[in-house]
Amino acid sequence: MAYRTNLMLCTCTMCVSVGALKIKRKIEEEIKRHNLEDEIQIIPVGSSWLCTRGPTLIVQPDDVVYQFLKEDDIPHLVEEHLLKGRPVKSLMYIHPETLHPIEKLHQIPFYRQQRLITLRNRGMIDPDKIEECIARDGYKALAKVLKSMTPEEVIQEIKDSGLRGRGGAGFPTGRKWEVCRAVKGSPKYVVCNADEGDPGAFMDRSIIEADPHAVLEGMAIGAYAIGASEGYIYIRIEYPLAIKRLERAILEARDYGLLGENILGAGFSFEAHVFKGAGAFVCGEETSLLASIESKPPEPRTRPPYPAQSGLWEKPTNINNVETWANVAAIINQGAKWFSEIGTETSKGTKVFSLAGNINNAGLVEVPMGITLREMVYDIGGGIPNGKKFKAVQIGGPSGGVVPDSLLDLPIDYERLQEAGAIMGSGGMVVVDEDTCMVDFAKYFLIFTNDESCGKCTSCREGSAAMLEILTRITEGKGEEGDIEFLEELGEAVKEASQCGLGQTLSNPVLSALMHFRDEFEAHIKYKKCPAFVCKDLITYSIDPDKCTGCGLCLKQCPADAITGKLKKPHQIDDSNCIKCGVCRDSCKAKAVILKDRFDK
Amino acid sequence: MQIDNIIQKHKTQKEALIPILQDIQVELNWLPPEAIKEVAQKLAIPLIDVYGVASFYRAFSLKPRGKHIITVCLGTACHVRGGARIVAEVSRKLNIEPDETTEDMQFTLETVNCLGCCAIGPVVVIDGEYYGGVTSSKVNSIISKYRK
Repeated sequence: MAYRTNLMLCTCTMCVSVGALKIKRKIEEEIKRHNLEDEIQIIPVGSSWLCTRGPTLIVQPDDVVYQFLKEDDIPHLVEEHLLKGRPVKSLMYIHPETLHPIEKLHQIPFYRQQRLITLRNRGMIDPDKIEECIARDGYKALAKVLKSMTPEEVIQEIKDSGLRGRGGAGFPTGRKWEVCRAVKGSPKYVVCNADEGDPGAFMDRSIIEADPHAVLEGMAIGAYAIGASEGYIYIRIEYPLAIKRLERAILEARDYGLLGENILGAGFSFEAHVFKGAGAFVCGEETSLLASIESKPPEPRTRPPYPAQSGLWEKPTNINNVETWANVAAIINQGAKWFSEIGTETSKGTKVFSLAGNINNAGLVEVPMGITLREMVYDIGGGIPNGKKFKAVQIGGPSGGVVPDSLLDLPIDYERLQEAGAIMGSGGMVVVDEDTCMVDFAKYFLIFTNDESCGKCTSCREGSAAMLEILTRITEGKGEEGDIEFLEELGEAVKEASQCGLGQTLSNPVLSALMHFRDEFEAHIKYKKCPAFVCKDLITYSIDPDKCTGCGLCLKQCPADAITGKLKKPHQIDDSNCIKCGVCRDSCKAKAVILKDRFDK
Repeated sequence: MQIDNIIQKHKTQKEALIPILQDIQVELNWLPPEAIKEVAQKLAIPLIDVYGVASFYRAFSLKPRGKHIITVCLGTACHVRGGARIVAEVSRKLNIEPDETTEDMQFTLETVNCLGCCAIGPVVVIDGEYYGGVTSSKVNSIISKYRK
């Protein structure tokens, strides 16, 4: 049946969390009430749009987009737009500068510079229906490969495309496949690393939630190229929806004969299994990940031998990340030349980033390599909310670093980011504003890596603990002269002496913060001041009597009984009882709670 | 008996220790010592190795957990928007530290390093239900939905 209108409703984890499923039920009710069931259908899609503005709905073919939907909005929306053909302006995206509503999805600045290759089916298909994926060329590349290309030709095509590993390290994908193909040994395995452990990153989850078949098709093509017939997708247990969609996709693909025995009658067989992680960051490291699939504690091991030579159960194994796999079918369909013309000299194609933190348009972004960070933060991200000042963008999570304002014109490219003390990483990008303390931020990552270190290498286990101790002291106002230099020395030593990526990169957040924000460290150490007013031991909370309306909300909420005052009269905070939890500041509508330096040096 | 069934279910897999422990935890809400012993025995894996796996991974709990699991995200995006203050607030409200359970066995407080919902942080998940944009003043009303 042909429907006149398709309602593409985002049902990713984030939109569901703000009520997308309730919206779906309400739309269904309204459609039924107006007898529109034969004309209009709802298509649940994954990761469709601006993730902070959920639940979102795109009406196709009109290309009209609605945001922040509430159940109460639906009767009006259905009647006005779907019955009378009048799009509802009050539910549209408002341009932050002109303050005009923007009707069409592709006119929104966030969307304009994006180029979708990996996310080609984002917001366009129901990820739980393989037919919709097939209708948009899903598995076409697999058919092409099986019918008309030799494994060597497939590898050559991927090599020519210039595709590099999207997990962070940027190793050329075609070369990796070639090595694994050449190694003797059987059976061989392909593995998809979906253990997206970097905090602040949600590219892999979103790709799988939007289009799980893109990953499966890429893996099947890779398996054909290297000579494998079995594959594992190692996915975090923290991603229940992505797991569900992936498991369903595998069953559907099997039913269609696109996975399993003798695919498309071409004599090639490939089975894919989902392996759920159990919550260990180190599993993102490839040798740890393999140990985990073997149900061992995930300690990394020395390379060589590389997994291509001796991987899963000591058999030749090719591991790529979700995004890398999702690029493969597009390259086969449209050719290496097409792909290699996108991007920069050394970094080809597009990259998916998850943009989050203190930014107006947080969400999933796919852009051509070479775009500048400034374009990411201001044009796509829409700048910093609440009139705050931009401070830095953190790229690459606990293995990466911070990039300050002065380097925002840096193009996104594996080599250029490294020169700036950050890394491409898997694509997590967290923007921070003036309210973030860079010492505390560096400490945050060290708490993370210290906790997640598997403990095998002394340098990583003890080095991270020692660095964390120094950083903690500094944030407590007990920093001493020489701390900065010692942190730098220690950071380099940990890098040198650790075996796996976790240890080799864990000092990056500290070293890059020292490179670009040394003055903040010095302020903490020399003057016992936290310029961002974050470090509890260095600040005090007080109430501005001119602004306080005496509403009593803070007094009621204060868990430490530190606030006194009479109703409708300015309140006071007793510093000796205050635990600096910030509840008063969060709850104050008059913005009367202010932060000051504790020590006036 | 339950554990037998779970082991049977994974019989065809090459190395199924982690999936077996995951399924037991889903069933029992934690990994009791007897269960760990039974798994070791039935899979003929040394107890210390089973314990090694069970204690390494964050997703496994070696202590009984409450009826409701409150998970506060401490990922980077949640952190820069005050995630740590949310943990502290839940902690205060329930009078337990992270990884502890209230005396009445109603709530367990856990933290997670990232849920991948960074655009809507700070995020709190209770029994699989996600709450975005949580502030310390909203914590009480969220928790009270789950009080008996």
